[in-house]
Amino acid sequence: MAITEKYVGRSILRKEDPELLTGQARYTENLTAPGMAWMAVVRSPFAHAKIDGIDTSKAAAMPGVVAVFTAADLEDEWGGPLPFVWPITEDIKIPVHWPLTKDKARFQGDGVAVVLAETRAQAEDAAELVEVDWSPLDAVTDLEEAAKDGVVIHEDLGTNVVVHWSHGGGGDQTIFDTADVVVKERYHGPRLIPNAIETRACLAQPVPAMGEFTLISATQIPHIARVTLGGTCNIPESKLRVIAPDVGGGFGSKLNVYAEEALVLVLARRLKRAVKWVETRSENYLATIHGRGVIHDVELAATNEGKIIGIRVKELADMGAYYQLLTPGIPELGGWVYMGPYDMQAYWYEFTGIVTNATPTDAYRGAGRPEATYVLERAVDALARKVGKDPAEVRRISFVPKFLEARTAISGLNVDSGAYEETFDKALEIAGYHDLRKEQQRRREQGDLKQLGIGLSSYIEMCGLAPSNILGALRYAAGGWDACTVQCLPDGKAVLKIGTSPHGQSHVTTWAQIAADTLGITPDDIEVLHGDTSVAPLGMDTYGSRSVSVGATALHFALEKIKDKARTLAAHELEASEDDLEFDGGTFSVKGAPDKARTIADLAVSAWHAHSLPPGMEPNLEATAVWDPPNFTWPGGTHLCVVEVDTETGKTDILKYVAVDDCGTVINPMIVEGQVHGGVAQGIAEALYEEAIYDDQGNLMTSSMTQYLVPSATEMPSFVIDRTETPSTTNPLGVKGIGEAGTIASPPAVVNAVIDALAHLGVTHLEKPVTPERVWRALHGTNGGAA
Amino acid sequence: MTNVSVTVNGVAREAEVEPRTLLVYFLRETLGLTGTNVGCDTSSCGSCTVLVDGESVKSCTMLAAQADGRQVTTIEGLATDGQLHPIQEAFHRNHGLQCGFCTPGMIMAAASYLEENPAPTEEQVREALEGNLCRCTGYHNIVKSILDAASQTSGVKG
Repeated sequence: MAITEKYVGRSILRKEDPELLTGQARYTENLTAPGMAWMAVVRSPFAHAKIDGIDTSKAAAMPGVVAVFTAADLEDEWGGPLPFVWPITEDIKIPVHWPLTKDKARFQGDGVAVVLAETRAQAEDAAELVEVDWSPLDAVTDLEEAAKDGVVIHEDLGTNVVVHWSHGGGGDQTIFDTADVVVKERYHGPRLIPNAIETRACLAQPVPAMGEFTLISATQIPHIARVTLGGTCNIPESKLRVIAPDVGGGFGSKLNVYAEEALVLVLARRLKRAVKWVETRSENYLATIHGRGVIHDVELAATNEGKIIGIRVKELADMGAYYQLLTPGIPELGGWVYMGPYDMQAYWYEFTGIVTNATPTDAYRGAGRPEATYVLERAVDALARKVGKDPAEVRRISFVPKFLEARTAISGLNVDSGAYEETFDKALEIAGYHDLRKEQQRRREQGDLKQLGIGLSSYIEMCGLAPSNILGALRYAAGGWDACTVQCLPDGKAVLKIGTSPHGQSHVTTWAQIAADTLGITPDDIEVLHGDTSVAPLGMDTYGSRSVSVGATALHFALEKIKDKARTLAAHELEASEDDLEFDGGTFSVKGAPDKARTIADLAVSAWHAHSLPPGMEPNLEATAVWDPPNFTWPGGTHLCVVEVDTETGKTDILKYVAVDDCGTVINPMIVEGQVHGGVAQGIAEALYEEAIYDDQGNLMTSSMTQYLVPSATEMPSFVIDRTETPSTTNPLGVKGIGEAGTIASPPAVVNAVIDALAHLGVTHLEKPVTPERVWRALHGTNGGAA
Repeated sequence: MTNVSVTVNGVAREAEVEPRTLLVYFLRETLGLTGTNVGCDTSSCGSCTVLVDGESVKSCTMLAAQADGRQVTTIEGLATDGQLHPIQEAFHRNHGLQCGFCTPGMIMAAASYLEENPAPTEEQVREALEGNLCRCTGYHNIVKSILDAASQTSGVKG
């Protein structure tokens, strides 16, 4: 029976949970194919070394070994190198990345050979016996050193300085000369290792006689992988099926197309059997992309009152040894949001991308926007100290006033809507800002060993990637549309086939809620299929907080098509005019005669058996919509972090963390809050704990979870979450997206709080992560810079 | 090769494996119980947590041979007769999972902990979870789930 109950806006429990709670999940590691061989990758222990020869004979003789291949052995398999889809400038230099390297290794972890064996242990044992004749070279991982080209990593490019992109500026650049106040700061953003708890894995299954392949991969991007791997591996797209089964987190690290995916495919073709690879965690630290790795010089211009009027930024960005899918595009993404929520009159941003002997970098939660927000919000606090004002006041007087229609920002893009001061006031009220300042003052006067710090971060974020025409203008190779097919089945239930690819973000539940409100059935009766290019062939996958704003809008338009077709059929069956029909809870009824009604389920049956359809109507109640967003979406908000810093040990404890975010319309509050929790936790980790460190030979020193500090529950506070809802003008649902916002907002809130705790003791700068050592050194006169 | 006989989720299982086989791979590959996950190679993440004779153990840090003659409970063994364990239900009610990869380990660690301390504080729960890493949830709802499970029953059996 059709129901009138509505689900959008409610925290219904997740449809995804039962298999995940009971150990029935289908992660790639859990899947096998008959006769499959295991692959192990032989990787360079050196950050930079020539390969003078490889002897595979001992490895090949090991028990269970099927084959050993070097780069030279596989050269004929490739239709092209690993995909790089964003040449952001015309004169960009491209460090070409093949799945195995032949002449030299350029980062610790660079793959040089593969071993195939009957078992994983046999493959890994044999991989240790592949003998590579290395001639080590000088390595460089320091960004500014690399830019000097003392050690050139790609001889064919002649330089490590591979790309320079300028936003072009907006507004009146003379402001930087004439402003009352200009704050100049330099900030380092170290490399981060994404650490999704599931490492990468892939399984390629061939049907050799048909030239068909199925690739099962722990990926965020099955559709993009299919298109690009087809080219790299010389497989027609129509013969390649890519499946992302259950995927254990990504955060951007699985938004990529990797050497191992290409290798298992061509090896499956070569060996005519399935090939599987599972990454170890230590391997993941070398072989999976890193995030961030940046140095910023920023100038923030303001009036004597502290009203922010302009920002000028120059960035150096660490590309790593090769480009992966998007690498130089990541700083550029941030290049549009350095103005934040402030009403500025001048804008300038440029960056230089530099190759180093380290793991390639690419998108990691926020992808450019955390970098921008950190630089801006740190500078805003520096400005407040310079003009002698409360950092809350400086922000308040600088916000763009509330706007409900799209407005062009100083960086040139249209921001869909914003209510920055409203969100800000809410955050301060919830936190009890004035009482906190009083407590801080009390502790300062009494010289407490544990000082209190309050850190603010008011942010915007640019997501909902993306209008395809803008992507084209930015020289990105793909589009930003997404798709949904709605099928109303004869049994009264429904199936959605979606183009996004969830890996923890609850798309199944969220889309089911939206569809339930139209179809008049419960979310339990709606199956949502995703992540398989043979089942849901249309899509552009999940990243850039795009899924609800682009993907769920495609669902909305597919539902509109269903309603339109169903209305025509209902009118035909009820012998009424379409205008005389009302629709609610999945039911069409004649106005004034509610007994004369047809539900969507009834109409699905009629449409299926097609015994009596109106002229020109195709059988089946099914519709597909593909939607290309006309604009990005722009969440925003204010986060406030309260810390206690032990001035003897340098240790920071978070006493309270308040996040007030505006992501437009909220479909499921519980799920949205969960995204904020997780995002904030990763940002707190960025601020206090995480840093990938290389030594001067390019060895990754933080090479496992015992040295790279992924925080546990003991390092995290509980979060206080609230929101405002200012609908987006970009899509009819009014949704903006929330997946990355927490990670974008939080690092400066935390670092600002620690500095705020110690500002009265003369500390004005600390680099992240703000370790106890850095705090201690800052208090004892040594600059709070690199520890 | 060495013979390993273990009772897993109440069922007697036996197999010949290489002596170096870790318990987690014995469960996953030899016995086909893939609910227990491998998330690291340094015993840091806790995704592999199971119960051995009722105690929570990181099954990557134990050889299968060391489990010989003992009782092992994995995530697959928690629900009985299709009825979810109270901790599983609490995780569902409180959105204590997103991608689900750390979840079996979290639930097994929680099951063991609540046996020891049936009415913990938030701080105690956080400390008890120090060996279980999650990247999706920020732990907020995991802690909430475990406190909820504790409040539903006391002396929750693993």
